[in-house]
Amino acid sequence: MRVTALRRMKLLTHNMLTSHVKGVKNGYPLKIEVNEMKIREVDFNPEFISRMIPRLEWKALYEAAQSLDVVGNLSPEVVKDYENDEDFLKEAHRVLMEVEVIKGFLICPESGRKFPIENGIPNMLLNEGEVGDAGPSQSGTSQDDDSMQ
Amino acid sequence: MLNFIRLFRLISGINLHRLHTNFIHTTMASCRRPEHQAPPEVFYDDTEARKYTSNSRMIEIQMTMADRAIELLALPEDKPCFVLDVGCGSGLSGEALTEHGHFWIGMDISKPMLGIAEEREVEGDLFVGDMGEGVFFRPGTFDGVISISALQWLCNADKKTHNPPKRLYRFFSTLYGTMRRGSRAVFQFYPENSHQLELITSQAMRAGFSGGVVVDFPNSTRAKKMFLCLFAGLLNPQLPTGLGTGQGPQGSDQVAYSGQRQRFRNLKGKPLKKSRDWIKEKKERRRRQGKGDFKADSKYSGRKRSKKF
Ligand SMILES: C[S@@+](CC[C@H](N)C(=O)[O-])C[C@H]1O[C@@H](n2cnc3c(N)ncnc32)[C@H](O)[C@@H]1O
Repeated sequence: MRVTALRRMKLLTHNMLTSHVKGVKNGYPLKIEVNEMKIREVDFNPEFISRMIPRLEWKALYEAAQSLDVVGNLSPEVVKDYENDEDFLKEAHRVLMEVEVIKGFLICPESGRKFPIENGIPNMLLNEGEVGDAGPSQSGTSQDDDSMQ
Repeated sequence: MLNFIRLFRLISGINLHRLHTNFIHTTMASCRRPEHQAPPEVFYDDTEARKYTSNSRMIEIQMTMADRAIELLALPEDKPCFVLDVGCGSGLSGEALTEHGHFWIGMDISKPMLGIAEEREVEGDLFVGDMGEGVFFRPGTFDGVISISALQWLCNADKKTHNPPKRLYRFFSTLYGTMRRGSRAVFQFYPENSHQLELITSQAMRAGFSGGVVVDFPNSTRAKKMFLCLFAGLLNPQLPTGLGTGQGPQGSDQVAYSGQRQRFRNLKGKPLKKSRDWIKEKKERRRRQGKGDFKADSKYSGRKRSKKF
């Protein structure tokens, strides 16, 4: 018999997502309101976790772990030489990959707009009027220039 | 708008008329393109979504295209990567990514499609989102982006407030920001005609991408497939070759665009960046603002420096 193990939003996704409500300047990190969550074992892939560490906002991850009460032995800061620190990577893996939010909300830190999470799937759709202008406003395009106003 | 297209043609240097071939892209039940029937969140209802678990031919076709798109992504072979799947639907392309050892996030506008993805127990995280509203992740999140049979949906205005060029631009410009420098986005898509193709590619270029369209099996109406391959932050990328073309890299079955966004700025009546006029104008502006003292324009202004420098 097949047991359905539904997938849920991981904290890895949360760490990367930003709010995009029109007019919001700093839509990161989204706050999490949890009504239901789960810990589910996932294969440990140290190489993947190592590759993701530099892309993470560690402070946001740590705070998310605090708000979900899953800090455990997660290091408050990224350690030196993390690639070779299995304990560090395992804890990062647990928090990033194994903690899943099933039901709750993602909340834009600036506008307070709530994005519902149902069945582990956040609904990031905007209402009319919340959609920003098409634009280069995304901070990180790391384009050098003033080329698109 | 017309100017825009004309210029685009000039830049690509390719006559797009030959792309006027009929694209086979209809549902089984009807002969009309799905995009013409209803908005995606309506069209991809429970019944339509169900086909992605039950129709083995459809699954096979989607999987084959996903495999090819992943090949065109050219991710580092032995490294697990983080990929965004746009219009991931039931997660077929995501499964292909998982098979290749990569991790992914899928976005789709249709809840029933995502419901099927959950049911299939795909590995990736999923979220409901409309690509036309933009893609919002922290800068440099993804090693690559993949999208199978979804992009053409953006060419339609499904609401009064929808403006396809704007939605395309918002999508591409925000997407660009989420990608790592030098990474690729590969879209298998069904442009309806050459006009749509131009609209899509021009907005992608405007958003800063370079790249072009790879056409597999261009001589077969059935097997013909088009892949828009976009590069984030690469100036002179080598476009991959289409399958079944019998052509080398610069074969006639690719439409190559090296025109960067600077070129497209021209359309807004501004000089090309780094062009002589652009430098002149910038100096002029700075002078007016009383900033810095600039060398007077010389015949060398705005010229390329020789290698010696
Ligand atoms: C032909 S299906 C392909 C699904 C999946 N990529 C596959 O290969 O099986 C097209 C998908 O694009 C999605 N889509 C269409 N317009 C969209 C939009 N504006 N934003 C996000 N997804 C969209 C649809 O909901 C649908 O799931």
